[in-house]
Amino acid sequence: MGVLEPLVELARGLGQTFRYMFERPVTVQYPEQKRTVRPRFRGRHVLKRYDNGLEKCIGCSLCAAACPSDAIFVEASENTDEKRFSPGERYASTYEINMLRCIYCGFCEDACPTEAIVMGDNYELSFTDRRQAIYPKDMLLEPVHVHTMLTPQKVDAGVFTRSVPEMKDPRD
Amino acid sequence: MISDWTLWLEWLIKSLVMIFALLGGFIFLTYFERRALARMQTRIGPNRAGPFGLFQPFADAIKLIFKEEFTPIHADKIVFFLAPILTVVPSLIIAAVIPIAPTTELFGRTISFAVADINVGILYLMSIASISVYGIVLAGWSSNNKYAMLGGLRSSAQMISYELALGFCFVMVILLGNSMSLNEIVVAQKDMWFAVIQPTGAILFFIVVLAEVNRAPFDMPEAEQELTAGFHSEYSGMKFSLFFMAEYQKMIVVSMITAVLFFGGYRELWFMTDWFNGALSVDRFWFLGPVYLLIKVVILLFVMIWTRATWPRIRYDRLMSFGWKVLLPLSLALVFITAVGIVLADVLKSVLYFWSIPVVSIMLGLFAVAVVQWSLRSKFHGRS
Repeated sequence: MGVLEPLVELARGLGQTFRYMFERPVTVQYPEQKRTVRPRFRGRHVLKRYDNGLEKCIGCSLCAAACPSDAIFVEASENTDEKRFSPGERYASTYEINMLRCIYCGFCEDACPTEAIVMGDNYELSFTDRRQAIYPKDMLLEPVHVHTMLTPQKVDAGVFTRSVPEMKDPRD
Repeated sequence: MISDWTLWLEWLIKSLVMIFALLGGFIFLTYFERRALARMQTRIGPNRAGPFGLFQPFADAIKLIFKEEFTPIHADKIVFFLAPILTVVPSLIIAAVIPIAPTTELFGRTISFAVADINVGILYLMSIASISVYGIVLAGWSSNNKYAMLGGLRSSAQMISYELALGFCFVMVILLGNSMSLNEIVVAQKDMWFAVIQPTGAILFFIVVLAEVNRAPFDMPEAEQELTAGFHSEYSGMKFSLFFMAEYQKMIVVSMITAVLFFGGYRELWFMTDWFNGALSVDRFWFLGPVYLLIKVVILLFVMIWTRATWPRIRYDRLMSFGWKVLLPLSLALVFITAVGIVLADVLKSVLYFWSIPVVSIMLGLFAVAVVQWSLRSKFHGRS
């Protein structure tokens, strides 16, 4: 019907909106429900540990060198077998990331020779103060479940001499 | 001098009830609109404040009250201050003539359930509806802002154009109801709604009324894409919320007027009168009147929101063309056939002629649709 075409079209529009009213809303109720992030999501950094609790970070400062926005500050100190933080000679005694400067590019992750720094899945960063935006090492370091895994550890001499472990090619 | 203090009391109670009903209605209409619109866009809408987000309007109100009130430096201060008041007051007092229940014997006296049951109720509606445009125009003019000015001008042009068709719709109802009192018009719809007798008239009235209250798809005065916020661009805080309030109260009032004029007002559906020995009829229980009116108003408001969710805003030249070249002749023709039908039924003593009104009315409506279709499809319109 040519005459009724405008009416039909208008009614079809109304029908469309009415039908959508009974569809499931796509809203995610954010603070209660959270969507899982993608596998390669680049969130807040995490400093990883080995299985025995030693820190992967050896304080080489390659991440700080790779950082385009100069957000990372690393200060290294010497390991001893009495107080061992990480395998090899040195560990990061200070490790700070300024989250206001960080652009979440992931270059630090790529630069790290021991896969110590990893972009995690936490995106809920908020501060009320500039100083709070600087995350020190104890906030970045992966938490442990067992007390004995805490660093520094007292270890047998001559076991952890190699700073960079032997690794396979990285995947996701 | 009126010595009867109960009369004063009656007026006071009726006025207060009407004003608070409109204010409460405004509060929950904003909530209803946001929720309904959200569902149509597969969202949820406000659901944080209170159960189901029901306290959201109060949160909005508190926010608006404490917001800074800003007056542009070159604005006309007095008019700028008066414009919101001029907008909100007509939207409140226009409801004064609308009956919400049949006239009843109560507490030993006859009470009419309208604040003022005047015998020229329709004229009152017409005049107050026209006044409400002043607030908008003055707001646009006094803001000293070209967008606000354009919004106000558009509003006045639109209202003047559509008021003619609105007037003819009122004439139709006056002819059918044989009275200008809204109460008598409602009583006249006891056997049949005017929306059934004059279907095209009812639809036309609803379209015109959408234009009168500046609702989508005729919300040209506040077209966001073209005029930022239109006439209330420069308003903030409580003054802005008065405009907001006026707009939503106008929606409610206009739905009430549509219900009263075409959908039987406070009366039940015309075939329901005899159900359950009249237990559902307002003739037996007057307090069913407000309930029926509320149901009708909510349905009409839902249709308004539905329309807003569905149809895009009409282009301004087409809005004018539609008003002057389609709605005005169509409403004139509808008045004509209504009058002819009534006279024929009266003179020839046959109800058959009376029922020619809806038939011819629908035919005229389809003809108008065909004309619109033809004009939109024609090469001339496409080129210009």
